[in-house]
Amino acid sequence: MNAPVKTPEERQAELQGMGDSRLRKEDARFIQGKGQYCDDIKLPGMLHMDIVRSPIAHGRIKNIKKDDALAIPGVHAVLTADDLKPLNLHWMPTLAGDVAAVLADEKVHFQMQEVAIVIADDRYIAADAVEAVEVEYEELPVVMDPYAALEADAPVLREDLAGKNEGAHGPREHHNHIFTWEAGDKAAADDVFASAPVTVSQHMLYPRVHPCPLETCGCVASFDPIKGELTTWMTSQAPHVVRTVVSMLSGVPESKVRIISPDIGGGFGNKVGVYPGYVCAIVSSIVLGKPVKWSEDRIENISSTAFARDYHMDGHLAATEDGKILGLKVDVVADHGAFDACADPTKFPAGLFHICSGSYDISAAHCSVKGVYTNKAPGGVAYRCSFRVTEAVYLIERMVDVLAQKLDIDKAEIRRKNLIRKDQFPYTSPFGFEYDSGDYHTALEKVLDAVDYKALRAEQQEKRNDPDSPTLMGIGLVTFTEVVGAGPTKMCDILGVGMFDSCEIRIHPTGSAIARMGTITQGQGHQTTYAQIIASELGIPSEVIQVEEGDTSTAPYGLGTYGSRSTPVAGAAIAMAARKIHAKAKKIAAHLLEVSESDLDWEIDRFKVRGNEDQFKTMADIAFAAYQQPPEGLEPGLEAVHYYDPPNFTYPFGIYFCVVDIDKGTGESSIRRFYALDDCGTRINPMIIDGQIHGGLTEGFAVAMGQQMPFDEQGNLLGNTLMDYFLPTAVETPAWETDYTVTPSPHHPIGAKGVAESPHVGSIPTFTSAVVDAFAHLGVTHIDMPHTSYRIWKKLKEEGVQL
Amino acid sequence: MIPPNFEYHRPATVDEAVGLLTSLGSEAKILAGGHSLLPMMKLRFAMPEHLVDINRIPELSGVSVVGDDIVIGAMTTENAVIADPILNEKVPLLPEAAKLIADPQVRNRGTIGGDIAHGDPANDHPALALACDAVMTVVGPEGARQIPASEFFLGTYWTALNDDDILTAITVKAFPNGAGFSYRKLKRKTGDWATAACAVVVALSGGSVSHIRITLTNLGPTAIRAHDAEAVLSGQTVTDELIKQAAEKAMAICDPAEDLRGDVEYKTAMAGQMVQRAIAEALSRAN
Repeated sequence: MNAPVKTPEERQAELQGMGDSRLRKEDARFIQGKGQYCDDIKLPGMLHMDIVRSPIAHGRIKNIKKDDALAIPGVHAVLTADDLKPLNLHWMPTLAGDVAAVLADEKVHFQMQEVAIVIADDRYIAADAVEAVEVEYEELPVVMDPYAALEADAPVLREDLAGKNEGAHGPREHHNHIFTWEAGDKAAADDVFASAPVTVSQHMLYPRVHPCPLETCGCVASFDPIKGELTTWMTSQAPHVVRTVVSMLSGVPESKVRIISPDIGGGFGNKVGVYPGYVCAIVSSIVLGKPVKWSEDRIENISSTAFARDYHMDGHLAATEDGKILGLKVDVVADHGAFDACADPTKFPAGLFHICSGSYDISAAHCSVKGVYTNKAPGGVAYRCSFRVTEAVYLIERMVDVLAQKLDIDKAEIRRKNLIRKDQFPYTSPFGFEYDSGDYHTALEKVLDAVDYKALRAEQQEKRNDPDSPTLMGIGLVTFTEVVGAGPTKMCDILGVGMFDSCEIRIHPTGSAIARMGTITQGQGHQTTYAQIIASELGIPSEVIQVEEGDTSTAPYGLGTYGSRSTPVAGAAIAMAARKIHAKAKKIAAHLLEVSESDLDWEIDRFKVRGNEDQFKTMADIAFAAYQQPPEGLEPGLEAVHYYDPPNFTYPFGIYFCVVDIDKGTGESSIRRFYALDDCGTRINPMIIDGQIHGGLTEGFAVAMGQQMPFDEQGNLLGNTLMDYFLPTAVETPAWETDYTVTPSPHHPIGAKGVAESPHVGSIPTFTSAVVDAFAHLGVTHIDMPHTSYRIWKKLKEEGVQL
Repeated sequence: MIPPNFEYHRPATVDEAVGLLTSLGSEAKILAGGHSLLPMMKLRFAMPEHLVDINRIPELSGVSVVGDDIVIGAMTTENAVIADPILNEKVPLLPEAAKLIADPQVRNRGTIGGDIAHGDPANDHPALALACDAVMTVVGPEGARQIPASEFFLGTYWTALNDDDILTAITVKAFPNGAGFSYRKLKRKTGDWATAACAVVVALSGGSVSHIRITLTNLGPTAIRAHDAEAVLSGQTVTDELIKQAAEKAMAICDPAEDLRGDVEYKTAMAGQMVQRAIAEALSRAN
C-alpha cells in the first residue's frame, strides 16, 4: 500500500528549512544539564593548574620563593617566567602585533597579572600552593589614565619595548604610545568644518567593561609523549586559529595539534584570544607528560581576561542651520591596557571603528584613534559586537542627538533628514565602506508609528511642565548600521590567515547528512540554524542533518565565531557547498530519470521531469544512487567542501526606541518601553533571531546601566565579582518588543546579514539617548555611562531637580 | 576561590553544638546557611579551623506560637519565613521583607538567625528585628538567656553573642490590630545588599499614631532605630510635612560607609527617601 501523497506545503513544512522557527537542537542537552563544557572534561591522571597573580598594578619582581609551595605534598611544579625563558615561551605574540607576557617577566603591569603557576594533584592542593608562593615586589608608579600615560614624564610601562620606535601599526611617538591610526580624508573634513554654519563637539567616555560570559575560561591540555600529539579542550571561539598559534609557539607540527572547543558557555569576544593560562597548561602538559586542567574563577575572569571598549572619544559634527550633516571628525584615545591584545583584523588596530559615519549620508569625514598603554589588563575585544563597531555607533548616535539639541530639531526629524536613502544603495561611505543594502526610512517610520511617538512627546512635555512630577521622562531613538561578516580576505586577516570560513557537507546513502564548519557556537544555535540552510538548499529535513563544529581534527579550517561572522561568512559557505552537491545531484537525477539536466526542475526536495509530474527523484533517492550507481564519469559519493571568501561585509541595521522614567528621589531609572526593529536581511529562524535580540538587548542594558570596571588610583579593580559587576537578572531586565523589516544582502548567497550583535550595538546608545533626553530640557547634551541610580541622582542634584 | 583545610563538625543537638564551641574555642565558626561565611572562606578572608554545622539540629527550625509569643527558630530559612502562615498573619513585615533578601537560591539556604548573628549592618533582619521589638534567645555554656534586639547589635560584625553562644530563636509579638508596615529597600540589583533601607511599623488610634517603629538598614555600623523620627510622628495625625520632618531626623543619625553603591551624601539622601516611602506605605496599610 502506498503512503498518502504529501502536498508540496506538507513537504516544505517537513524540511523545517529557512524561515521556520524550529526549536533549538542544542537545548535538549542544556536544559537537562547534559552539556559538556571544558570543566566537565576529566582525563585519567589529570593534574590541576592554578595561577599566582600580582596583587599590585605596577611593580618590579624582586624575588619569587617557591620552596614552601613545592614542599606541600601533591605539588608537582611551580613555574615562573625564568622557567619558560629557555623555551622562549615567557612572552607570546598577540593578535594585534604586540607581545604579551605569559608569566610576568621582571615586571608586573596590571593587578592580577599572571606571575607563576603551580601544578598539583587536585585543585585544592593547587589553591594552597598558590598561597604558599611568596613574591616580593618593588612597587612602581601606576598609570591608570590614558591621557596621563602620554605625558612626557609619565612612567615607562613597557621596558621590554625600549628603543622600539616602530610598532605594528606605524611609528610610536612616546614610550606609552602604541599606534595612531587614521581613516577618511582629513583635509576634506577640515575644509567642511572651516566653512560650516554650525558645528558641535562632545567628549564622551565609553567605559571599560567586561563581556563576562557565564562560563569562565579554561582548558584541559593533554600531550601524548609517545605519539607526540597534543590535544587540548579549550574555551575558544576560534579553535583553528588557536591550533595555528599553538603550533607556532610550541613547535609541535600543526598536524599533531588538535584543539577542541566543546560546549561553550557564552563567549561575547572574551574567548577569542590566547591567554597565558592556556599556554601554561599546554607547556605543563608537554613538560610533565600528563594532562593538565586549568579553570578560571570569576574574579580571575573579570580581572585578567579581555575587557572591551575603554574609548575616550571626541566627536565633532559640521552641519547646515537646518540640520543637514556636512562633516564628521572623531579623535579617540584608546586605553589598551598593559599589552596590545585587541582581537582585530591585522590591518585594523581600531577594528572597524571607521563605520562611525553610521547610517547617515555625510560627505566628508575623518577619524583618528590613538592606542595607549596603561596599568590595566589587556584586551579590547569585540564584546558582542563587530570590531569596535559598538564604540563607533555610540559616537555617531550621540553626536546626532547633540546636533539635534543644538539646532532644536526633533531627534527623529534630524535622522529623517540625514539617513542614507534607499535609492543610494549600494552606498560608499566617506571612510570607504560599501554599504550593501538598506531601507532606513521605511524602518524608522514603522517604529515611530508603532510607539505613537507624537503622543509620547506630548506626555513628556506635560511632565516637564509639572514641577511636582515625581519622575523625569526620557525618549531615546537610535538608527544604527552595523558592519559584520569579517571579512573579505583582501582586507581582513588574523595572523596572516584570511578571514574566510568553511563548510564540508556529506550526504549519507540513506539521505541524512553531516555538516562540519570552521565556526563554533557559544549559544547562537548553529546546530539548529545551519541545518535549516542545508534543508532549504538540498531538500533534506533539518532533523536528519547533524552539524559539528569545534574539533580541528574533523572540521575544515575556519576563523571562528565572533563579530557576527558565522551567518554572513560560514552561512554562505554552507549554501555554496550545498549548491555544489545540488549540481552533482542534478546530474545523478538526470541519469536516473534518463533525461537531460535541462529537462529537470527542482521542487522543494526533488528533481522533477518538466511536464511529467510523476517522474521525479528525491534527494534521498539521489543520495543512495550516488553510492550505488553513479553515472559513468562521475565520482561516487555526495559531498562537498566550500571555503567562502566574502566579497564584502554585510550591513545589518536597526531602529531602536526607548522610553525611560527616572525617579527624581532615588535616581532609579525604569525602562517603560523598548522597541527594537532589526533588519538582518533574510531570516533563517525567527525564534532564534528573537532570542539573539533579547540576549543582545539585555547585555546592552547591562552595559548602559551598570557595567563599568571601576579602578582606584593604585590600579585596584574595585568590582570584580558578580556582587558588584552588573549582570541583570530577569527582575531587572526590561520587557523587550521586537519587530523587523527584511532587506536582503545582495551579495550574500542567501541574503542573510547576521544579527546577534545588532541589539547590543544598537541598544546601548538608545539607553543613553533616553537618559540624556530626560534632562534635555535642562540643557544637558550628554551623560557618560553607566547610568546607575547613584550617578543619575548626582546629575539630578547637579541640575537642581532631585526630590 | 577554594578555602584552606578545615574540620567539619555536625552536632545533633544544641547542647552538643555548644559543647563543641566551648572546647574548640575561637577557631570554630558556626555554619548556618553559609551565605556570608562560605564566600569569605573561599576568598580566604575568613579561615576558621573548625566549622560547626547546625543545620541538622531539628529544634532550631520552624515557627510556633507560645502564648502571646511567636517563636522563630534561628535556622528557619528565608524561604520558610516567606511561606510561613503564622508570620504572614501576625508579623507580615518579616515575610514581605524576606522577599527582598538576596535571590531565591540564597533564600533556600540563608537563615534568619544567621542573618542576625553575623552582625553585618548590610543584612536586613537586624533592622526588622528592631522594628518588631524582637527578643533573641541565646544558649551558651551557662544555659539560655534572653537579649532584646535593642541590646544585641553592638557594632559591625559585633553582637552580644560570645564565641561559645548559639542564637537559637527570635521571639516577636503579633503586630497591633490594624497595624500597617513597610520595608523599602533600594538596591542596585537582585542579590545586592541595601544602598539604604527602612522598616516601618505603625498603628493608628482615632487617626493618630499610637505605635511607631522606624528602623534603618546599612546606614551605620549597626542597624539603627530612629527614635527621633518616631517621636515626630508619635501621637500625631500624620501629614506629608511630618513625614518629611521624620525623614530628616532619620537622616541625621545615619553614618553610612562609602562604597560602590554611593557616597555618604547619596546614601543619607536615600535613607530619607526610603523612610518617607516606607512611612507612607505603612500608613496606607494601617487602619
